[in-house]
This record gives sequence, structure tokens and C-alpha cells, in this order.
Amino acid sequence: MGKRTPLYDMHISQGARMVDFGGWDMPINYGSQIQEHNTVRSDAGMFDVSHMTVVDLTGDKVREFLRYLLANNVDRLKDKGKALYSCMLNEKGGVIDDLIVYYVDDTFFRMVVNSSTREKDLAWIKKHAANFDVKVNVRDDLTMIAVQGPNAREKTHLALGSETAEQLKDTAVFFIKFVNDSNMGEIAIARTGYTGEDGYEIMLPKEHASTFWAKLAEQEVVPCGLGARDTLRLEAGMNLYGSDMDETVTPLEAALGWTVAWEPEERDFIGRQVLEQQRQQGVENKLVGLVLEDKGVLRNHQKIFIDGLEGGEITSGSYSPTVGKAIAFARVAANIGNTCKVEIRGKQLTAAVVKPPFARNGKSCI
Amino acid sequence: MSEIPQDLRYTKTHEWVMQNDEGTLTVGITDHAQALLGDLVFIEAPEEGTTFQEGDDSAVVESVKAASDVYAPVDGEVTASNEALSDSPEIINSDPYGDGWIYKIKPEDAGAFDTLMDADAYREMVEEEEH
Repeated sequence: MGKRTPLYDMHISQGARMVDFGGWDMPINYGSQIQEHNTVRSDAGMFDVSHMTVVDLTGDKVREFLRYLLANNVDRLKDKGKALYSCMLNEKGGVIDDLIVYYVDDTFFRMVVNSSTREKDLAWIKKHAANFDVKVNVRDDLTMIAVQGPNAREKTHLALGSETAEQLKDTAVFFIKFVNDSNMGEIAIARTGYTGEDGYEIMLPKEHASTFWAKLAEQEVVPCGLGARDTLRLEAGMNLYGSDMDETVTPLEAALGWTVAWEPEERDFIGRQVLEQQRQQGVENKLVGLVLEDKGVLRNHQKIFIDGLEGGEITSGSYSPTVGKAIAFARVAANIGNTCKVEIRGKQLTAAVVKPPFARNGKSCI
Repeated sequence: MSEIPQDLRYTKTHEWVMQNDEGTLTVGITDHAQALLGDLVFIEAPEEGTTFQEGDDSAVVESVKAASDVYAPVDGEVTASNEALSDSPEIINSDPYGDGWIYKIKPEDAGAFDTLMDADAYREMVEEEEH
């Protein structure tokens, strides 16, 4: 038996099909993954993401610490509450994890990291935090629920009630707000997500998780599993740690160059030296988007052929409900052209090379 | 609990087989199999005239989640393929034992159907798998 989130019984009662996900028993779907996917693109769906790790970092030198720890630069965060997406690299420039960091105030940043990388992340963060007198507090007392879709915010406001909703009204995209709820106490609500739709990620005390989930369900927010979460993020052009990048590749080989802050030049962050070299010499491999032109489904680890030669592999592949075709990310030789071949069960099928996202805000971009 | 029609025969690999009047057998995947796979998005059905030995990969059904082989339940030659599945693979989810049939096969041995697992045996197997 795997670890259970506070919403486990809720999932079972809603008919979820449960799977093991990095040691956690998580819902893969509640019947139809495609319906859940489409609901998020057209209305509102909710995901139990409480397996992810919330880490609070506090101390006078917390900003200085994060300037060193992360490849993106927290000095881009000027306004309190603003979030930043970044990779955390090892000395070789390999990706230890990707994460979101929220600037709460000058001595307090909140970070959300992946669940599969939890132990190594925490060890790495604590090791470096010690040099900056930064306190690392893992918030296992919190549950995280993501509500995503064009109607997600409105329905969340109704589920929370007008008093709490009033405090959230002017939350801008990619900002977090800490609010006081008369039932749940302090909750943190961020206008972030992993679907390419508007919505919230809500961090609330564990003991209120089921009640709040039920209140969202009353507003007809549809429960969605990890299956839909994966096809939504893939369509939205968002990488998945462990599939699209890991410690053997740098952000530049994972289509994450945009998350590396090169300026100011004097900022020293872990992995910078290797990235600088790679930036000058150019990368051999890069991550691209593929759309299969023939019929079939793209899957992880299928081989890519460029001009008859093997030249890469799919890192995340699936059927895209929004586009109506198979789509993928593939790590390929940097000289790839506009098309390539993908080997599926011994046949070579044609795929177009595209720049993700494939779909966002309810619509196909292809 | 998934639906398991009494008049059909089954395989260990979750195909169902129906006997037709003209001496052919219709093959599909069971309700249990489609539920495990989830939403189907692509079907590769065999062409007419293809011959198979029992246990050969005869078709591929792909859901959003995974690809799965459909194995030939008997030795024989394919006499028809369900073309509707090419544009609407989801028919297998909604009607696995009806419009969601995959192909028809003329068995080499006319008695092959009777050697397959009956509904009670298949039900027992599925129940065991679920526990």
C-alpha cells in the first residue's frame, strides 16, 4: 500500500481508478481521462496535488540564498506575492528539479517542488541553506488542490464564500495571496497551474481538505486525475521532471533556456559555469515538439529518425484531445528540420517538428 | 463489475469471440479490458486476407494511457475489419461487444470456438485478477 493524501477516501468514493505514483496512491482518472481533460479546457476541474512538497524558506539572507540556488533569478520578483518558475541545478548544470518559488516577503519565500524528487531536493536545499542561515520548513501540514479551467476561479470563489473570495478578487496571474478563511484559518491561494488554463493552486490545512473538495464538487468542479493532468501539461508545452529532463541534461537541452537568468553576469548560481560553456559552444541536442501527421499515438522512448539516421527519442508522448492528433516532446539532434520520422512498431511515421505549446486557453495552437 | 455476456467465448488476454452463422468468428476486447485501458484513441485493425496463428498479435488498441496488443484467439484468416474504428475508436469504450467489434476471422478448425473459455470461466479469472 502506498502513501495516501488526505483526499484518498474522497477519491475512492468518487469512483477514482487509483495507481501508484512515486510511492503515492493517486487517482489516474475517475472514469474518462478525455472528458476530464476537456472539462479543464472548457469549464473547471480539480486535482489533488498534495503529494507535492511545499517548503517555506525564512531568514534575513533568503533572497541571497535563492540567487545562488536557482538558475532563474529571484531578483526578477519585485512585487510581494509574485511567483517564479526555475530549475535547481547541480554543479554540472544538470537539473535536480524544476519548481515554483513565491516571494511572500523579504524574509520569507515559499517553494513548491516535485514529489518524486522530494528527498534529494530537501537534502540539497538544506545543505546550501545552512551557509545562508536560512531555515527550511517542510509544510507537511498542508494539502494542495489545483482548480483549473476558464471557470475555475469563479467556482472557487463560490466554494470559499464571499468573505474569503473578496480577499482574492485582485490576485494577478502568477501571484500568491495568503488569506484568512473563517472555516479553514490561513490558506494560500496562487494563480498558477500546470494545465495552460487560468485557475488556482490552493494550499490549505490538511484537516480541511475533504470538506473543501466537497464544496468545490458542489459548484460542479469536476475531479480530474493524473492522466488528464499529464495530457493538459503536455498540450500546454510544460515539461515533466523525470521524463523531459533530469540530472543528465541541462535546461538548454530541455527547452528551458528561457528560465535561465544570464544577467547580471556577476550573479553566481550553481551550475552557471557549465551552462556558460554550453551556451557558447552550442548544444548537440534540444527538446522540440512533434505532431504526428500519420495515424497512431506517440509514446515515451519511441525513436526519432532524421534523414534516415537515428537522431533522438520521445520524452513525453500522448494523444492530444484538444488537437485531435498525437503530440510529443522529443530530445533530438539540434540540426533537425521541419519534419522527422518516428518509429512505431517497426514502421516509420511522419511527424512535424513544432514549437510548443500545442494548446492553451481552450484552443489548439497547431 | 464489468459486463460479461453469457453467449460469448473468451481468452486469457481479454478478447471476446462470437460465433456467426456463416462460420466466421467475430473478435473484440472485453468490457473489462476497455475499462482498464481507458479512452481509446487509435485502433490498428488487420487487413482482410491476413492469416494468423492463435496467439499472434492481430491488432493494436491504443488508449491515451497505453498501447495494447489484441491476440488472435484461433488460427484462421481475417474476412472483415471494422473500418468505423479508424475514425471513432471510442466505440470500443461505449459498445465493446456490439459496434466495437474489431475483426472477423474464418477459423481453420471449425470446432475452435468450443475450445475457448466460457463466460463463467472468464468471470472467475477476472474476479481473481481484481483481488
